[in-house]
Amino acid sequence: MFSGAEALMFSGAKAPGRSVTAMSVFSTPHPAPSGPIIDFDREASCLEIEGLTLAYGDKPALRDLTLRIPRHRVTAFIGPSGCGKSTLLRALNRLHDLNEEVRREGRIRLEGEDIHAPEVAVAELRRRVGMVFQAPNPFPMSIYDNVAFGLRLQGGIRKRQMDDIVEWALQSAALWEEVKDRLKSSAWALSGGQQQRLVIARTLAVRPEVLLLDEPASALDPISTLKIEELIRNLKSQLTLVLVTHNMQQAARVSDYTAFLQQGELVEYGSTDTLFTNPRLRRTENYITGRMA
Amino acid sequence: MSRRLPRARGEGPWPWLAAGSVALSLLMLGGLLALLAVRGLGHFWPAAVEQVALADGRLLAGQPVREERRFDGEGRERLYRTDNRDLDGGIWTWVAVEAIERVETPRELLVLERRRWGSFVGWLVAMEGVDGRHAGEAAWPALQARLAEIQALRRERDELRDRVVVPLVRRLEQEAGSRAELAEANARIRALQARMGGDTLVLESVDGRRLEQPLEEVLRAWRPNAMSPLDKLAAWGQGVWRFLAEDPRAANSAGGVWPAIFGTVLMVLLMSVVVTPFGVLAGIYLNEVAHQGPLTRMVRIGVRNLAGVPSIVYGVFGLGVFVYGIGGSLDEWFFAEALPSPTFGTGGLLWASLTLALLTLPVVIVATEEGLARVPDHQREGALALGATRMEMLTRVVLPMTMPAMLTGLILAVARAAGEVAPLMLVGVAKLAPQVPVDGDFPFLHLERKFMHLGYHIYDVAFHGGDVQAALPLVYATALLLVLVILVLNLTAIFLRHHLRARHGALPRH
Ligand SMILES: Nc1ncnc2c1ncn2[C@@H]1O[C@H](COP(=O)(O)OP(=O)(O)OP(=O)(O)O)[C@@H](O)[C@H]1O
Ligand SMILES: [Mg+2]
Repeated sequence: MFSGAEALMFSGAKAPGRSVTAMSVFSTPHPAPSGPIIDFDREASCLEIEGLTLAYGDKPALRDLTLRIPRHRVTAFIGPSGCGKSTLLRALNRLHDLNEEVRREGRIRLEGEDIHAPEVAVAELRRRVGMVFQAPNPFPMSIYDNVAFGLRLQGGIRKRQMDDIVEWALQSAALWEEVKDRLKSSAWALSGGQQQRLVIARTLAVRPEVLLLDEPASALDPISTLKIEELIRNLKSQLTLVLVTHNMQQAARVSDYTAFLQQGELVEYGSTDTLFTNPRLRRTENYITGRMA
Repeated sequence: MSRRLPRARGEGPWPWLAAGSVALSLLMLGGLLALLAVRGLGHFWPAAVEQVALADGRLLAGQPVREERRFDGEGRERLYRTDNRDLDGGIWTWVAVEAIERVETPRELLVLERRRWGSFVGWLVAMEGVDGRHAGEAAWPALQARLAEIQALRRERDELRDRVVVPLVRRLEQEAGSRAELAEANARIRALQARMGGDTLVLESVDGRRLEQPLEEVLRAWRPNAMSPLDKLAAWGQGVWRFLAEDPRAANSAGGVWPAIFGTVLMVLLMSVVVTPFGVLAGIYLNEVAHQGPLTRMVRIGVRNLAGVPSIVYGVFGLGVFVYGIGGSLDEWFFAEALPSPTFGTGGLLWASLTLALLTLPVVIVATEEGLARVPDHQREGALALGATRMEMLTRVVLPMTMPAMLTGLILAVARAAGEVAPLMLVGVAKLAPQVPVDGDFPFLHLERKFMHLGYHIYDVAFHGGDVQAALPLVYATALLLVLVILVLNLTAIFLRHHLRARHGALPRH
């Protein structure tokens, strides 16, 4: 099992500015599902999106989005299929750079820095803003190598430390018990739900500041889903989470703030409690209650 | 009563047609291999030798080869391989089947394989050995004992020649060797030669003509009718081994094909070493680096079409550009002292390998590209999202997943290259080059040398020997060998691919 000493060693190897240790993942008290209502204006921003417009070729996907994502909170994006949730998420770690077709306007700031500034190293940005994709995408390697992948890219981590981080990441993603005896076997032999948790573990292992989750529980059974939700709540104390989900209950259970998107536009954004119990707009209410035409 | 399964409706004859064509293809492939194996491998079996008495009192001895209907339609004719070219002027005899009175297989009938005049079939009368005359029944054991001695001496001499004399001569050409050493080696060879000579066999053909045969020129002797099946099997094994391991003799119409096996394999390996990195890099560039615009599309179409250009065209290109162009310039710059005799300015192993590499380049590029295209985007994104640069994403995730596809490309390339003959005739294959391109002389691998190739060897044996009928078994055997060599090369690559798949997991097929 994981000892406190190892956890300290691990945290020492990571960004020195952060004081949280790996251990705290397991000791943070759960906030109540709907949480105390927090005053949005007093939240510190982690990501600030300003006038973001994005199009695939001449097909617009996002229209003039402006929103702020608070630090150490869970923000959920909800909206009908094809409304641009994944597109927005991918904009946050510049995955659209690969697609020559994509046109973008507007600004995105991470901790006050423009992520499109020329001096920003995109690989480093993506390490800081981790992403878990809609479909699980483990690499064709062993389970261990999958989790160690990001760490190996950074280099300079000794075998012993690596083992500890891998174990911690797998524990955090609620996968350790199932795979601890077969770390060397292929990740592609895991079930879909296990693969999704492996991908979460892989992302956690590089200790991102922001974690983008694109429907992380869509392929999971109810028990694993609960585990993931618990994980999300626990991780909040260390990083900022952005969650895309089609499951209203899930959004209500785990998120602090919720943004409702429709056809590439931000329709309503606010504390999850307010949005779900007392939406300002009719459109929002219809979507939440399932009265979408 | 048992109930029948309901017949699937609406399928019609298609499944049967498809299955039938698979069966037909397999049958044809099997037939091809069986023909090559039976005709080629049967050649090494010491078949029984018949003594045939004809109605007109003539006697002859030989191996029956085949039987045919007479051209005038009356009766049948049988072809015997009677050998004894020095006595008869030919080695084949047609005999009318009705004219045959008696067929026997006497145990004493002797077959000699000789350095000149082909084989001999007949009786051993006596041996005038260096240790005296052995006549009658004593002659055969004496012949066997002495032949074994001579064979040992011959091996010793050949070794001396290959290991000492040939390298010395080559060094002397570059004025670095010592003449005294060469003279001494030559003296030793002459001494060995002298010890081999001195014996004469007194032979008689079945129809009573006498012949004196120096034993020195006899390579092997056997009495096939007296051999047990086990003896024959052993002799067959030795025959196959000699075919694989020895140099050709008698203008390629006898002996082995070792230099051709070696040349084929070496050339294919060199080609693979050249074509793999180039093809893979080109594939990566086209699929991962280049802007996917009209220009890239044109290049891609061009590459695919290059795969269909006839191989002789590549041969012409190799001759013009590699041999005369680059080779000629190399000679002027670095081997000027050897001119006018060309070093690289003539066909050779290097130019042949490069020409074939060019020929197979499109195959490798296309296979690599297809492998890369099959790697799902979400795998690439997964790597990037963990902070990998594009280079890291390529080398750590994409390329390992593409490896099996690249190996498939290499397999196709090897299969195509190993069987090509036409371009090689322009850029470096030789009818006879018993000096394999690898030896103990610096720089060990001699890229400028000409080399032998199984495919060309088949062509040469079949069409340039004096007697196609006699050469045919060797043609079959060589063809079988070529197929086997390609098979072994491919199996190596397939094994490698399987190994990689097992390690990295197979890509899901879509
Ligand atoms: N690579 C692409 N090229 C062109 N159009 C795209 C591309 N990816 C997404 N789109 C389009 O952009 C719009 C938004 O897509 P996006 O994937 O962001 O939707 P989503 O909200 O994530 O939907 P879902 O809930 O089904 O995942 C859709 O209309 C989609 O067709
Ligand atoms: Mg999506």
